[in-house]
Amino acid sequence: MAWKRKDLVSMQDVEAAEIRDVLDTAESMREIATREIKKVPTLRGKTVVNLFYEASTRTRTSFEIAGKWLSADVVNFSSSGSSAEKGESLLDTAKNIEAMSPDVVVVRHKASGAPALLARQLKCAVVNAGDGAHEHPTQALLDLLTIRQKKGHLEGLNVTIVGDVAHSRVARSDIHGMRKMGMTVTVAGPPTLIPAACQELGVKVSHRLEEAIAHADVVMMLRLQHERMLAGLIPSLREYARVWGLSLDKLRHCRPDVLIMHPGPVNRGVELAPEVADSQYSVILDQVANGVAVRMAVLFLLAGSAGSAAA
Amino acid sequence: MTQREKAQVLDDVALDRALTRIAHEIVEQAAGEEVALVGIKTRGVTLARRIADKIAGIESAKPPVGALDITLYRDDLRLRAEQPVVRGTEIAFPVKGRIVVLVDDVLFTGRTIRAALDALMDLGRPRAIRLAVLIDRGHRELPIRPDYIGKNLPTSRRESVAVMLREHDGSDGVVILEPAT
Repeated sequence: MAWKRKDLVSMQDVEAAEIRDVLDTAESMREIATREIKKVPTLRGKTVVNLFYEASTRTRTSFEIAGKWLSADVVNFSSSGSSAEKGESLLDTAKNIEAMSPDVVVVRHKASGAPALLARQLKCAVVNAGDGAHEHPTQALLDLLTIRQKKGHLEGLNVTIVGDVAHSRVARSDIHGMRKMGMTVTVAGPPTLIPAACQELGVKVSHRLEEAIAHADVVMMLRLQHERMLAGLIPSLREYARVWGLSLDKLRHCRPDVLIMHPGPVNRGVELAPEVADSQYSVILDQVANGVAVRMAVLFLLAGSAGSAAA
Repeated sequence: MTQREKAQVLDDVALDRALTRIAHEIVEQAAGEEVALVGIKTRGVTLARRIADKIAGIESAKPPVGALDITLYRDDLRLRAEQPVVRGTEIAFPVKGRIVVLVDDVLFTGRTIRAALDALMDLGRPRAIRLAVLIDRGHRELPIRPDYIGKNLPTSRRESVAVMLREHDGSDGVVILEPAT
């Protein structure tokens, strides 16, 4: 067992052996979802606080279910209707929550680096559930788990990530995780949405969708945020959909065994045509199911051992 | 701490004979009711498979065999510096209404069996749960008692018992180890 960390803040920090640990543990956790009584007593008496400063349905629910299936007490905090609206700083809020002795704090924040700050300041374990345009490590882990299940292995696979790579914390975490697992990553999108220094992460860059997806084992379509259009980065949603959206027509350029993934929520008809999202190639709902298993594994590895309480 | 072999307790022939006897006892006591074997990972599963093969030789049908991982049910998780590996439970049949025989290699404090009982109960309500172990080495810390025993083996706490099976270790046998001082 290689897992010794107090926190899970970024995929950039973790090593391949640790990623493998999480995936193997998550694989075992999947069985619990198939039971009539979906509960094991592992984290009984442990408290998990979901500290969400940004809207989230999937991730927060997923952490909440993961904690509850492991018998932890899960408390949800959202910034609206809380002391954050009254002007309390992130650190003050976190220190106050820490005074109530939680074992794990799961944090989502619009500012990159907020989870790293809390990880340094708090004695309990901290999990990054998405910080700004920085990272979203549990999303990358569930993507890797889904790919490993469908393909049987990770090493040597070609992955193409399409869309707004510049603003995507999912893309960043995926790139770090996939590179560490020996996968080849290509990013594709309009130049305004691809960071200039992208190659430094060890990825190939393409500005033509058909070419980028032709040899891919996995195509990861990113969500296009409407704000990007307002900021002038793309001319219009309709044009983006025509050039960069994955339609049934463009799907013909893909390998017959391609996996289509999306971190959600899907903009149907923008980055992904509805027929593609619901096609046999799409593993979007497998990703969601695996999200619970991965988060159970992460909570188990962080909160289960003596290390977390004593640290 | 290194350990050295103190004595061999069972050789391959004696180990096989012990499993044969356990298989006969299970069949006799089940009296025609549906039996399933559930091994506790890792060596308990191998022993459960072997006992199931022997039962198949006595009765017409082979009982189903499942594998139980008790990591998520341990009572010492927070006492350990390192997380144990979760290996997953694979029980592909309903336990409800059956006689489930738990199989493990060595019975010691009884804590593993306590965890296994909880894990099994979460999967349904068996008609009865029985316990088969290859070695009972004593030193129980909980009121748990095996129904089928390969061999009773009085040991001291500082010794340990190693069960070797050809599927994992290349050959069959049971030895007592003591600290090499």
